[in-house]
Amino acid sequence: MTLLRGRGIAAVNYPTGMNLGGDPSQALIHSTPTGAFMITLSSTDLGQGLRTVMAQIGAETLGVPLETVHVDTADSDTGPHCMGTFASRATHRVGNAIIQAANEAKEALLDVAADELEAAPEDLEADGAGNIRVAGSPDRTISIMDVALAAHFKHGRTISGRGMYVKPKSEVEPETGAMDPDSTEAHACTVAEVEVDTETGQVRVLSLKSAYEVGRAINPALVQGQITGGSWMGMSHALYETTAPYYPEIDHSPDDFSHYLMPGAAELPEISSTVLEMPSANGPFGMKGVGEMTANSPIPAIANAITDAIGVQITELPITPEKVLRALEERET
Amino acid sequence: MNDAKPFDVIGRTHERREARGHVTGSTVFIDDVSFPRMCHLKAVRSPVPHARIRGIDFSEAERVPGFVAHLTAEDIPKNVYTILCLIGVEPDEEHVLASERVRYVGEPIAAVVAETEDAAFEAAAKVRLNLEELPAVFDVEEALEPGAPIVTHWGTNHFVYEGHHCRRIRYGDAPAAREEADRVISGRYQLSPIEHAPVEPTGCVAKPEADGRVTVHTNTQAIFFSLDNTAIILQIAPHRLRFVGGTVGGGFGGKVDVIVEPLATLAALRTGRPVKYVYTRQEEMQVSSTRSASRLYMTDGVMDDGTIVSREVTTYHDAGAYSRHSPYGCTKHAANAAGPYTIPNVSVDVHCVYTNRTPSSAMRGFGVTEASFALEMQMDRIAREVGADPWELRLRHAYRNGDERPYRKTTEDASLVETIQAAAELAGVELSADLRAMSSDDREGVPG
Amino acid sequence: MMGAARAIGFELNGEPVAALARPLDSLQSVLRTQLGMTGTKAGCRQGGCGSCTVHVDGEPTVSCLVPVEHVEGRSVTTIEGLGTPEDPSPVQAAFHEGFATQCGFCSPGMVAVVTALLERNPDPSRDEIAEALAGNICRCTGLAPIIAAVEDAAARLREREGAPA
Repeated sequence: MTLLRGRGIAAVNYPTGMNLGGDPSQALIHSTPTGAFMITLSSTDLGQGLRTVMAQIGAETLGVPLETVHVDTADSDTGPHCMGTFASRATHRVGNAIIQAANEAKEALLDVAADELEAAPEDLEADGAGNIRVAGSPDRTISIMDVALAAHFKHGRTISGRGMYVKPKSEVEPETGAMDPDSTEAHACTVAEVEVDTETGQVRVLSLKSAYEVGRAINPALVQGQITGGSWMGMSHALYETTAPYYPEIDHSPDDFSHYLMPGAAELPEISSTVLEMPSANGPFGMKGVGEMTANSPIPAIANAITDAIGVQITELPITPEKVLRALEERET
Repeated sequence: MNDAKPFDVIGRTHERREARGHVTGSTVFIDDVSFPRMCHLKAVRSPVPHARIRGIDFSEAERVPGFVAHLTAEDIPKNVYTILCLIGVEPDEEHVLASERVRYVGEPIAAVVAETEDAAFEAAAKVRLNLEELPAVFDVEEALEPGAPIVTHWGTNHFVYEGHHCRRIRYGDAPAAREEADRVISGRYQLSPIEHAPVEPTGCVAKPEADGRVTVHTNTQAIFFSLDNTAIILQIAPHRLRFVGGTVGGGFGGKVDVIVEPLATLAALRTGRPVKYVYTRQEEMQVSSTRSASRLYMTDGVMDDGTIVSREVTTYHDAGAYSRHSPYGCTKHAANAAGPYTIPNVSVDVHCVYTNRTPSSAMRGFGVTEASFALEMQMDRIAREVGADPWELRLRHAYRNGDERPYRKTTEDASLVETIQAAAELAGVELSADLRAMSSDDREGVPG
Repeated sequence: MMGAARAIGFELNGEPVAALARPLDSLQSVLRTQLGMTGTKAGCRQGGCGSCTVHVDGEPTVSCLVPVEHVEGRSVTTIEGLGTPEDPSPVQAAFHEGFATQCGFCSPGMVAVVTALLERNPDPSRDEIAEALAGNICRCTGLAPIIAAVEDAAARLREREGAPA
């Protein structure tokens, strides 16, 4: 038995947004009478943390503490239209809609505060701690709760906003394929190290070291969640998963988890990563979508590492022990 | 990451407040939702990949205690399931319930509704199908050969893109440039169909309301997308439907196919009772859409110094038996098929092909996963053949701001160069000074 | 086939209950549909994903494979009995604070398995953790954050017991 080691790299792009655009999302924001903010959406959280990221974007734009911002989603009766959570679009489109809505709400907030403080709205700032104050005069301050109460019960004004973001739909020129497919592109580069057992054909992924350029990491732990989860799924895709073990035949298609193989806790590589931020021109605070990209770069990185180890390229997924042994045999002949 | 942040809230880690419900089991998922008088829907599915439907016999099923109702194609007001019709993609081909033909193993032919889930399973198992099997095709390239069994109703096994048999990119003159190149380097790359395999199966509960509307609790990834498609299928005004969801137990693109809502809503309207339709794990594994088993052929014209002067990509995207999101996915794939590299001559042909496989659809990375897989193996192949360093090959060709993409868009927000440099540093790979000096904003160090 | 329904009594989260069920109905279905314990999930009903894990007499048990008759006279603990959003257990707190849950569907089963592991083995090695988690599928997190949360929970529990963390 010989254990052969190899290293492989893969550099990839991933586009943000539904291909060709034309995928709108809307957001509504309103203040409660006591100055908390409700962001109303119809977007879905798949576990990536959409609710939290949207609350953060809203709180940042409004200049209010995160604890006072709540996200209400998804009910088609109360939530305005959103195309859905897919194609790495949600934070980009919904986030931009929230920024627009929050800016409108903030304008109303500052208008009422200006009245209450007897100042000009342009001289006011939110202190991030739940108050509006005159810039440079910290004693001239009013709590957002008091502004909201005044707006509702004295001034008869709503503190609310509407937002909508759509990248206009691009056509595709049929002859040349000229088109505008995406809003921006994120990038990833993964370096994989593997160890191949020449007797069993099994591949052990030792490490996945990756750099990701994400525009802006709105919530670093949630970006990390996509990195770690995506790395695992990419490895699973490269080495384990198939619904057609005898492709192209359809026989023996797995119907339970004991046949649909995925790596377990004992198969985990060492995962390390670095995140770069080079803000995009049109993402909220410059962010770029990353939820899908993280599962893509490990696949060819691992395949390239296997090639480095055994000297033969296996270009068909998943790279099972069977395929490795056949490749090794082929290398001998 | 940057240390000096001008922001108060973003750029910082904050807890997910709703996750407290996740770890204590108090978060409500679809299957946790139930209502008084709720009944259960299960589908009756084709056991064979291609057949004409000659008859359906419910007589034994109807005798199962707890049987409530059955549905067939005739019961569906608009029995057309073209989920991309909302963005103008034609033709209509898939049915909600099959009427004349079935085209993949697991295609739904009928549905039964019963008081309990057990009764629904039993009733579904007792529905007798009379099917006349037809020849089937399972390989993407075989499906395009003359004489292959035809899967679609329009007579060819490919999607037509504005008169073309594939989605095309034509930039420069790739065949001519290839002729002039020192070498031609080719590869064939194949993906396997794979499952989204979320731990939570697809499902919904449709509840008729006293005011004539229906509330549908669903784990779809796209609330309005599902609502609008359901309204079209049921031929009712969309505002009669209220879709509620937002907590999905894993999506990965597998819960955007609007699979369960139309039948459950129809059954709810028919019976006047809440109807739950949740996939079994077997259905989730074998019937729900997969990633396409894409096959890519990549042919590059390369100079001896490693400069890639042309790239030709032919992709056969296996849509399976029906379109779902594939016509859209093939266009996305075409845009990404030549990669994040500046190559002066590019030709891409993406064939959206129909076979008798389970329909493929959107899955994490849709259209780009297969491109990245093929491209990065191809780059390594080139590096080995010309004796180039794989880092240098990529950095030289990485697109820069201002470069024109093969789909004729000017690049902005490029950052591949910096990303590769950062990965090298993380992995302890020492790049030469030239490579370390490169940037996405200039062509310093890039020949030509 | 499944036997006639009868009252099957057991202890659920410390309280006596009686379910009216057929003896071969799965514990999972009785918990979820009759006893309101929907925190125990149904990911596959084939014993393959672990999302239905509960404790039976303290042992982690895949409830979809267990006939409810099997727990007659025994004690069953579900995720609801391990902690609440207002008062999470150290394991639950470690999962939450360590971002070891994303979609949340596998979490109740994971927490059940991990709680049982740490009750027997307060200082498990990575290998022991991996083995304990072998029957639980997570599709979102990539598992590494869950393993880190187990180590964190173990430290929290040891500290609570007064042992060095």
